[in-house]
Amino acid sequence: MNPKTPLILKRLLAVSVLLAGALLAAMFLGLSMGSSGTSFQAVYTSLFGTGDDSVLGMIIWRIRLPRVILAALVGATLSLGGLVFQALLRNPLAEPYILGISGGAAIGAIIGILMGLSRFPGVSLTSFTGSLLTLLLILGISTGQSILKKNSILLSGVMVNAFCSAVIMFLVSLTRDAKLHSIIFWLMGDLSLGTIQQTGMLSLLLLPCFILIFWLSNTMNLLLMGREMAQTMGINIRAVTLTLLITTSFMVSATVSQCGLIGFVGLVIPHFFRLLLGPDHRVLAPACILGGGAYMVICDILARTLPNQGEMPVGVITAMIGAPLFIFLLKRSGR
Amino acid sequence: MKNAIKANGLSYAYGRTEVLKQVCFSVEQGDFFTIIGPNGSGKTTLMKLLSGIEKPVGGTLDILGRVIQSYKKKDLAKKIAFVPQIVPMDFPFSVMEVVLMGRSPYQGTLGLERPRDIEKAKQAIVFTGVEHLADRKLNALSGGERQRVFIARAICQEPEIMLLDEPTASLDLAHQIRIMDLMEKLKREKKITIVMVSHDLNLAAMYGTRLLLLNRGEIVKIGLPQEVLTFQTLENAYGCTLLVDESPLGNFPRVTLVPGKFIQPRREKKP
Repeated sequence: MNPKTPLILKRLLAVSVLLAGALLAAMFLGLSMGSSGTSFQAVYTSLFGTGDDSVLGMIIWRIRLPRVILAALVGATLSLGGLVFQALLRNPLAEPYILGISGGAAIGAIIGILMGLSRFPGVSLTSFTGSLLTLLLILGISTGQSILKKNSILLSGVMVNAFCSAVIMFLVSLTRDAKLHSIIFWLMGDLSLGTIQQTGMLSLLLLPCFILIFWLSNTMNLLLMGREMAQTMGINIRAVTLTLLITTSFMVSATVSQCGLIGFVGLVIPHFFRLLLGPDHRVLAPACILGGGAYMVICDILARTLPNQGEMPVGVITAMIGAPLFIFLLKRSGR
Repeated sequence: MKNAIKANGLSYAYGRTEVLKQVCFSVEQGDFFTIIGPNGSGKTTLMKLLSGIEKPVGGTLDILGRVIQSYKKKDLAKKIAFVPQIVPMDFPFSVMEVVLMGRSPYQGTLGLERPRDIEKAKQAIVFTGVEHLADRKLNALSGGERQRVFIARAICQEPEIMLLDEPTASLDLAHQIRIMDLMEKLKREKKITIVMVSHDLNLAAMYGTRLLLLNRGEIVKIGLPQEVLTFQTLENAYGCTLLVDESPLGNFPRVTLVPGKFIQPRREKKP
């Protein structure tokens, strides 16, 4: 008997190296392409060359680079968030917004926009506050033992989201003129307004969350075997569940407050990699971070280059590519 | 010989409902100890206390001569392994992956396996006779095969005590006997103390060295199969007429159900 599965460390490294390559390639492509012209040469000289201050070089540094990094961070966070919630709630339909974070963030953002605050830091902060308040609310609702009952968390999340939707609609119905446009754009997700300081700050918030979740990835595997088995293998499931819930919600809040509600990535990328790589979260966590990042960068490239004028919301692209791709995979794996 | 398990006045309640009342018993090392009793008698709750999943409301519980609360979670996992009745199957891990999970009490948080862990897992897979399934996905196996995989996972924890909650429930006859033989082999060859909850009184009589009959959260009787499995005791506990004679296989009792003889259970009068 010689099981085919190679050692976990080898698989982990192979997948990480491969997907890191894909992410870097996607980011390079993202820097090269845009409405002001496509040039690989310019990217190379402005990244590695000396003293290039052409207009295109400025665009690459000031506009495209923060945007590409933001896309990668958002894709990584949402995919990883979806992965954690699907495992924690043992529900294949779980996605990073399931606890009602999206609703809270949206209300916060809309209030910020209505107050006439600037996009950064004003609206980001109100939105972040909104999402953290919903997280506190969820934790408050599911205190005590019920935090371990996945359906009670799930239902509280759905209810909080439903309530938030109502509030959002109420606020939208009160709004007129230009502010309405900003609100709609925020709700559809928008990567265009990043600055390098902003993305730098965001990555400082996100990286520790990524590391912590990866650190707990094997524990998530054990949790999937059920509470009883996990507990009798020495896992403190209450502590682990709470840590994962809070960390994931925190990092999703941080990204949502920067770029609005980008849907679908968090649902489809974890499933995509689970079908490709199997259920081991030690492999899936890095795969979702790197692969989810690459997917979002590519979707963003399409969102800004496909239309002749302006750009379309990236959320449209993530779903348009993701859904058919996923259905194809599902059909193939079912055979 | 030192006691594997010693329970003294063990009590548990869900809210105000008492489900275990002052339960006292001990299990010797090397026993094949079977807990029987009607539905709702507190068997599963007792299992949860013994495995450390729930903390008792009252009384003390010693595992291998030490109070259970004094163990760290991972250290307890090296002493006691638990095979639950229901395991969720939503994520398609392979047999080898599941069995390797049993090594987690001995590993770091990331569970990176060392050659020794792989070796232990392979031995457990061979011991339980599932080597031909090692690469298969868990959700592609039959109930009996899956149960053997979970026992292999428990063996990987290298426990001194193994707890099993109705390991033969919903298995066909061949798989039932295979699982029971496997536990007998664990006891004989690996010197693991077996504690099992079962609804099958005949299997309990055949394999159990000692039986504990639980009813309404209290111990009705504890002892050898022929001491516990008498028709008066069983009729009182289960509320149906039973025929108990000697098994044609040897000197242990055989329990036969009698059709149409349900006795209305006596309800305790509320004060």
